Amino acid sequence: MSERLLTQYPEELRPEAFPTTFCPGCGHVPLMTAIFEAYRLKGLKLRDTTFVSGIGCASWIPSPHFKADTLHTTHGRPIAFATGVKLAAPQRRVMVISGDGDLASIGGNHLIHAARRDVPIVAICANNFIYGMTGGQVAATTPLGHITLTTPWGNEEPPFDLCKLVLAAGARFVARWYVGHRRELIETIAAALDHEGFAFIEAISLCPTAHERRNKPRGMGVTKDLFVTIEQAQGMTEQELEPKIVCGRFAADSTRRNK
Amino acid sequence: MSIRATKQIENSPLPGGPAFIQGNEAIADAAVIAGCRFFAGYPITPSSEIMRRMIERFHTLDGRFVQMEDELGSIAAVIGAAWTGAKAMTATSGPGLSLMIENLGYATMTETPLLLVNVQRVGPSTGQATRPAQGDVMQARWGGHGGFPCIALAPSSVQELIDFTIRAFNLAEAFRTPVLLMADEIVGHLRENCVFPEQVEIWQRYYAPGEPPFDTDHPSLVPSMPKFGDGEDLLITGSTHDARGLRMASSAEVQARVSWRLHEKFERGRDEIVRTQHFGEAQPKLLLVSYGGSARAARQALTRLLDQGRDAGLLKLDTLWPFPEQQLQAAAAKADQVLVVEANCGQIVLEVERLLRNGPRVTAHLRHDGEAITPSEVLAAAEAL
Ligand code: SF4
Repeated sequence: MSERLLTQYPEELRPEAFPTTFCPGCGHVPLMTAIFEAYRLKGLKLRDTTFVSGIGCASWIPSPHFKADTLHTTHGRPIAFATGVKLAAPQRRVMVISGDGDLASIGGNHLIHAARRDVPIVAICANNFIYGMTGGQVAATTPLGHITLTTPWGNEEPPFDLCKLVLAAGARFVARWYVGHRRELIETIAAALDHEGFAFIEAISLCPTAHERRNKPRGMGVTKDLFVTIEQAQGMTEQELEPKIVCGRFAADSTRRNK
Repeated sequence: MSIRATKQIENSPLPGGPAFIQGNEAIADAAVIAGCRFFAGYPITPSSEIMRRMIERFHTLDGRFVQMEDELGSIAAVIGAAWTGAKAMTATSGPGLSLMIENLGYATMTETPLLLVNVQRVGPSTGQATRPAQGDVMQARWGGHGGFPCIALAPSSVQELIDFTIRAFNLAEAFRTPVLLMADEIVGHLRENCVFPEQVEIWQRYYAPGEPPFDTDHPSLVPSMPKFGDGEDLLITGSTHDARGLRMASSAEVQARVSWRLHEKFERGRDEIVRTQHFGEAQPKLLLVSYGGSARAARQALTRLLDQGRDAGLLKLDTLWPFPEQQLQAAAAKADQVLVVEANCGQIVLEVERLLRNGPRVTAHLRHDGEAITPSEVLAAAEAL
């Protein structure tokens, strides 16, 4: 994997960061390359962005892989660090890349406040429904019934819908795609780079090591069948929608903001 | 040892000369004089006036201010801003310091210059928000996990709040480290005469393009500090890292080097960092040791002791950390009695006992009821020895 990546993205990747520590099949790798493709699509240089991340596997996407300025921070706080970076040097782009545990659980407060404040950064949450790095504990995003290290008989707590959460907090750019929706994900990240306020993208990722292994035979807990687009969802009953994850770009309620 | 920072005399952006001003407001004014242009904070008594004053100052000086959602976020934003090249600060009190300490450790590990003002109030926990104490001085030194050193200064007057704030920013830049200004409610809310400088010596962090940002052979052990956008592809991490910032999750050699250098750079910088003031007899039989707001009472008590003809002196600790070890040992060389005066249940006295073991008898006059220590109490405690 390492060699192929380095040949494909010589401008974007640091050779000294390889071999990568990502497990085979980790969804964070296609997310990483989707980010590179979005920059290429926009004709932007990675170097003009400061990449900020927290703690966990997803936080290792930019640090140490990206050939750019990276700030690998404390658990849950990357958005707060990024707020300082952006305010102090508004001319440079700032992108946060972190996991669901980092951004939505321990760091949930910073997430909703950045959305409310409309801090002009792009925040990509790699949501793999689990704490991967620490061995697979239940997360605030783990679907009901899923088996984790700390819910051996199935998760009983309803998960967050991160997009709804961030929309309710006031964000005007909110989107969700599976890392397997490659074209859509790339186009959405590219669009987020043009957005002037806070842009939130939930990238549904895969953790074969800590999540898929326990939840479906042959490491297939998450497949494309799990997802429907916003358009498809409109024609579906609540019952049909229940096990599905809706993807696309969610419209903000423009009446909410008092500008 | 020479300081690894560029030094420059600069005109103050504020009018110089005499002023009559509140301590907290003086901190804010001194910060902008020192070049601070970024402030992130969260309201907390008794430090909130600092934030209010910064907003006013930044309005005309083009600084950036953000009131964050909590103290964890405040210091995080400050660290982020510091890496854009800004001089940045936050201000809080005990409960806020507790919340900031994880990221204080991060700032130490990533060698990020910043100022953290702690206007101490009596605790533990919420305690009494408007009442003074000095209960956080050991927390400043030992509060963070992993055990990291720090620079902490303790001002006793509004004038010292001005001078120490400017000095704190300079030390932060020179040593690439967070500096704690350990004020207390007494000095924070005090109004008194002071003089603002017309010109100040400003130190700027050292930067040499291409030099590794996280290690150096320079005797100061302070590496070059680039900022975002310098084209250095910065790898900043709180994980153990090599000279270029690359995470080294299991190398004992790299871990040992990081731990050693983070401590050793302050040891080598002691002459620049450690400041004390001495009043009364140089090497007295009765030595008072105090700092911050409490040192005001100790100093008045000393005047009365000297009037009585006692062989007495006061060592005022302007730097708390690294601890003024040699200064204490020199001042106590001929002492029979050492009396530590502090507003807590006994913190700096432990350090004094440690350094003077086998020497004079060390006792403490302590108060932790949210009231200021008075000169007559100190006098009584000294007379009772
Ligand atoms: S533990 Fe899971 S999330 Fe972490 S690298 Fe492995 S597969 Fe990816």
